[in-house]
Amino acid sequence: MHTFIIRRFLISIPVILLITMIMYLIVNLAPGDPIDMLVGQQALTPSEIEQIRISLGLNEPIHQRYLKWLGQLARGNLGFSYLDHQPVLDRIAERLVPTFSLMFFVILVSYITAVPIGVISAIRQYTWIDYLATALAFSGISFPNFFSGLVGIYFFSLVLKWLPTGGLETIGQGFSMVDRLYHLLLPGLVLAFREMGVLVRYTRSSMLDVIRQDYVRTARAGGLSEWKVILHHALRNALLPLITMLGLSIPRLFAGVVIIEQIFQWPGMGRLAIEAILSRDYPVLMGLTLCTAVLVLMGNLLADILYGVADPRIRLSGKR
Amino acid sequence: MMRDAADHKALLEAPRQTFRSLARRRFLRHRLALVGAVIVAAIVLMAVFAPWLAPHDPNHVNIMLAREGPSSGHFLGSDLVGRDVLSRLIYGSRVSLSVGLLAVGVYMAIGLILGCVAGYFGGWVDMMVSRMVDAVLSFPTLMLILVIVGLLGPSLFNIILVLGFLGWPEVARIVRGQTLAVREELYVLSSEAAGAPSSRILLKDILPNIMSPVIVNATFGVARAILIEAGLSFLGMGVQPPTASWGNMLNDAQSLSILETMPWMWVPPGLMIFIATISINFVGDGLRDALDPKLN
Repeated sequence: MHTFIIRRFLISIPVILLITMIMYLIVNLAPGDPIDMLVGQQALTPSEIEQIRISLGLNEPIHQRYLKWLGQLARGNLGFSYLDHQPVLDRIAERLVPTFSLMFFVILVSYITAVPIGVISAIRQYTWIDYLATALAFSGISFPNFFSGLVGIYFFSLVLKWLPTGGLETIGQGFSMVDRLYHLLLPGLVLAFREMGVLVRYTRSSMLDVIRQDYVRTARAGGLSEWKVILHHALRNALLPLITMLGLSIPRLFAGVVIIEQIFQWPGMGRLAIEAILSRDYPVLMGLTLCTAVLVLMGNLLADILYGVADPRIRLSGKR
Repeated sequence: MMRDAADHKALLEAPRQTFRSLARRRFLRHRLALVGAVIVAAIVLMAVFAPWLAPHDPNHVNIMLAREGPSSGHFLGSDLVGRDVLSRLIYGSRVSLSVGLLAVGVYMAIGLILGCVAGYFGGWVDMMVSRMVDAVLSFPTLMLILVIVGLLGPSLFNIILVLGFLGWPEVARIVRGQTLAVREELYVLSSEAAGAPSSRILLKDILPNIMSPVIVNATFGVARAILIEAGLSFLGMGVQPPTASWGNMLNDAQSLSILETMPWMWVPPGLMIFIATISINFVGDGLRDALDPKLN
C-alpha cells in the first residue's frame, strides 16, 4: 500500500513537469505580446518598452525562462503577476476558498441526491420511475451549464427575487456565513445539477451490475427481505466505484466552475483564469495550470487509494 | 452422418438472428433513443438545408430592427444589431454539428490507431502508448483548451483541433483493452497462421470486432464536444461573431437587462443546445443497450 502510494506519487512528478513544460511553450510562443496588453493606450518609446521587457525577463530565450521559472518554483515562488506585480501565489490563494467552497457544496449536494435516485432507478429498472430518473439524469448531463445558470438567475433572482444574481457576498456587509451560503446556493445548485446527472447514471449501472451478482442472489435465496438485500449486500458494493468517481470528478468540476464563476461573478480560480488569458498574464496562467494539474493528479491518486481501501480485492502492491 | 448434414442445413436456413438484427431490435425498443435519433436527423437536415430553411440572411445587420421581439416577419425576433434570431439559430446548427463530428472524428482516428497498435503488439509500444494516455488524461483539459483557444485566437478550426488532440486517450484506452481481449481469439490466430500481415489482421479481424464500445463512446463524445464549443463560444473564446453559433448567441445574455427583458435572444439557442445534446446522448444510451450483449 505504502509503496504503491509512493510509486504513484513519484510518477506524478515527471507528468507535472511535462504538463508545465508544454504549457510554458504554448503560453509563451502564442501570438500576442503581454507588453501590448500592459502598455495599452500609453504612448511609450521603443526603448521604454524594451525596459519593461527586460524587467519582466521577456528578453531571455524561452528555455532559460522556463528553467528560471522551475528554479523559482522549487523555492516556492510562482513569480509575479504582470498586471499588478503581486506574487502569483497570493493571487491564486485568495481565489482558492471561493472555488473550493463551490466545489465542496456541489459534491455534497450531488452525492446526496444522486445516490438514492440511482439506486431506486436500478432496482426498479424499466419502470416509470426508472424512466423518470433516466430523463432527469440525461437532462443534467445535457443541459449546458451556462444556460441553466442563466435560467436560474432569470427565475430565482430576477422574477422571484429570492436569490442574488451573483457575487460572493453582499458588498459592504462584512463576513457572514449565512450570507455566503445564500450567495453560494444558486451557482452551487446549477453546477450540482450536472454532476448529479453523471452520478445517477453511474450509480444506476453500478447497482445493476451488483444486483446480478451471485452473492446477491444467494442473499435473496436465503430468505432475506428485499430491503435488507439491497441495503446490506448490494448497496455497499455498488457504492465502491462511486468513491473512485469522487477523485475523477475534479477535472469535470473545474471545467464547470470556469463557466459558472463567469456567470455569477464568483471570484474564484476559474474567473482568474479567464482574466489571465484575456490580459496575457503569463505567470498567473502558469501558476493556475500548475495548481489545476496538481489537483487533477491528486484526485486520481485519491481515487486509486480510496478504491484500494474500500475494495480488498484490489491489491495495491508495488508491482502493477 | 446424413442427419448431421441435415441438421446443419436446417440450422443454416433458420431465420438467422444476426448480431446486427438483434442490435437493431434492441435499439428500437429504447424509446428515448428512438426519439433522440429522429431529432438528431432533423437537426442534421436543418444544418444541410440551412440556406433554404432560413427566412433571412443570418448575418444581415439591420439597426432599425434591433432588439425587436418576435413578430410575424421574424418569428424569434432579432438580436442586438437586428439580425434575425431564427435564421441564426438555423445556421448555428452547422457550427455545432461540425465541431461535434470533426473533433470526435479526429480523436477517434488517433485513439483507434494508437489503441489497436498498443493492444496488438504489446511490449514497449504498449508501454509508450499507455504512459501517454496517463499523461494526457491527467492534463487539466479545460485549462489547456482555454489557454490554447484564448491565446492562439478563438476560431472554429482551433476548437476542433484542440478537442481532437485532447480527446483520444479515453478511446485509446478502450480500444487497447478490447484489442487485448480479442487478440487471442481463434479467428485472429487463424489469420496469423495463414500468414496474413499485421495490418490486414488489425483492419479485417480486430477492428470490426471491437467497434461497439467505440461507437458508443463516439456518440457521447459528439454531445460533449458540442457542449464544450457552446461553452467556449458563450465565453467569447469560441466561434466569433458575425458567424452564428448557439453558444455565442447566448453571450449577450450575460447582461442582466437583456436576460430579463429579451428572452427571445437567449432562450432559443440555449434550448437548441440542450435538445441537440440530450438527443445525441439518448442515441448513445440506446446504442449502448443495443450493442452490449452483456446487458441482455
